[in-house]
Amino acid sequence: MNKLTIKNNSVVSFLVGVIKDNMMPFRAAVFFIAMMAIFMIAKPDVFLDFRIYTAVFVSLPLIVFMSIPLVFIISSGQIDLSFPSVFGMGAWVFAASVAAGLSPVIGLMAALLTGVACGIANGLLVTTVGLSPLITTLGMNFLLRGIIHVGRAGYGISVVQLMGTPFYKVLVGRLGALPIQMIWALLFTFIGWLLYSRHRFGGHIRCIGDNQDSSREMGIRVDWIKTLAYIYLGIGASIAGVFSTLILYTFYPTAGAGYLLLVLASVFIGGTPTWGGVGTILGGFIGALDIAFIETGIIAIGFTGFWTQVFFGLIIVLSLIMHRTYKRAKY
Amino acid sequence: MALLELKNIKKFFGKVHALDGVNLEVKQPEVLALLGDNGAGKSTLAKIISGVYAPSSGEIYFDGKLMTKWDVQSARSKGIETVYQDRALAEQQSIASNIFMGRELSGSMSMGFINLKKQYEEAGNLMREIGLTSQAFTAKTPLLTLSGGELQGVAIARALYFKARLVILDEPVTALSLSECEKVYNFIDKVKKGGLSCILICHNIYQAFNTADRFVVLDRGRNVLNIEKKDISAQQLIDSMQEIAHSAHTQEMTVPVKKGKSNI
Repeated sequence: MNKLTIKNNSVVSFLVGVIKDNMMPFRAAVFFIAMMAIFMIAKPDVFLDFRIYTAVFVSLPLIVFMSIPLVFIISSGQIDLSFPSVFGMGAWVFAASVAAGLSPVIGLMAALLTGVACGIANGLLVTTVGLSPLITTLGMNFLLRGIIHVGRAGYGISVVQLMGTPFYKVLVGRLGALPIQMIWALLFTFIGWLLYSRHRFGGHIRCIGDNQDSSREMGIRVDWIKTLAYIYLGIGASIAGVFSTLILYTFYPTAGAGYLLLVLASVFIGGTPTWGGVGTILGGFIGALDIAFIETGIIAIGFTGFWTQVFFGLIIVLSLIMHRTYKRAKY
Repeated sequence: MALLELKNIKKFFGKVHALDGVNLEVKQPEVLALLGDNGAGKSTLAKIISGVYAPSSGEIYFDGKLMTKWDVQSARSKGIETVYQDRALAEQQSIASNIFMGRELSGSMSMGFINLKKQYEEAGNLMREIGLTSQAFTAKTPLLTLSGGELQGVAIARALYFKARLVILDEPVTALSLSECEKVYNFIDKVKKGGLSCILICHNIYQAFNTADRFVVLDRGRNVLNIEKKDISAQQLIDSMQEIAHSAHTQEMTVPVKKGKSNI
């Protein structure tokens, strides 16, 4: 009996320790559970049926592919607003490669290289030229989207020929009721967590966001690490572009345009604050879950689509107030 | 042979000549005090020695060899450790992360993954070694909760861990309490007794005089005095500094000094 009590106590103290170490994502998870409980009570027929989850899990990975690298960018004290257009560029390059008769694997590689190139461009403009990250990446967002519109003159590209191919099944097929892209999103999150919490790259990102001058004095290659973070988000956004094209069987010139605020909101709701130096990958994932289900849930419980933006705005502002309060309480 | 030798080091920031032909030699072992008024170029010189700034011109010799590549990594690989004026810390990160910042511990086959367990263990050992033994924090604690002296302890712990041959301390006791200052000077004594070298950048001439073996004074980017402790008293050193401060010229000057015991 005594042994059991001790064991229980150590389990409790272990769990308390885990929660204390992960306070930021824990809050996002509590919010998620509370929100889902409300949705389930309000619309049990919808939210106790697995089909709503299947529907959300089809597109949730697109947010995750961008929110995870964005945690790195924001933790390093930077910002990137160009990823929606990098998403579009990646999708365009992929669809154009497939339409030209190339293997979709080559199309995927070309899309990834496009993401890398956009990341390098952002990184060089911010680090070497010394431009403001906010204005530079906002400018890049317009520039890249403009190139897509000029290049396509408003026309999309169909990749319907990929339907049912092994490439399609491996990336966006189904495993029972589960969209396979959800497994890719979980793998992407796990790799992101490893890089952020266990790798020098993540360690250097946090140090740079915390104190750039100290990092430089301690031999961290600040400009290189910042550029790597932009490349990482470029890769994430182009992967999202490819997955989106596969899911819809079509590339649209507006592909990715609606993701700017959703992805930013995911990161902030997840618990990564705006001031740099700290962040949470797990939170980036849970934040994406929050966002994806708010969008679906608001409509499912009977509000019009117009209300989703009101809720997004409210939740972002509340989460920022919570970060500030948490910082004051902790330090 | 000198451990470190700088020849005709110049550093320009745009039109500002922060250093204008500095020559410096650091022997092993010795504690060299680098003195001078605000803006004399002390911190710039420290950052050149530690590889943060590249000199605009001039030569750096280490162990008698001319260094063709000189940056933070190469300076550290030669055993030069710097405790910066701003302490070069990241306050939201843990004590362990700060000690190993830029040189995280990992195995040869780790592909850049950090051995966190080893870092926490080593940081814990170092904290005990330098007397950071409060119950209030562990190696995982962020720096935000630490006092000024404790922060300086973390900065010094880096130099201890990485087995420095030359430690540069840039204003190490600024804003520290008396007991915390004592700990810093104990550390310098330890460095000296260990047969290592130390460059101490300091405003307080009395403190520098007690600790250092030799004094180099910078004035507007040039070295204007280089004298052994045995050849000067504390009062004479202060008088010389005052004379330099009031002097308009920046040529190497001869300071009239008498051999004798220190006034303090």
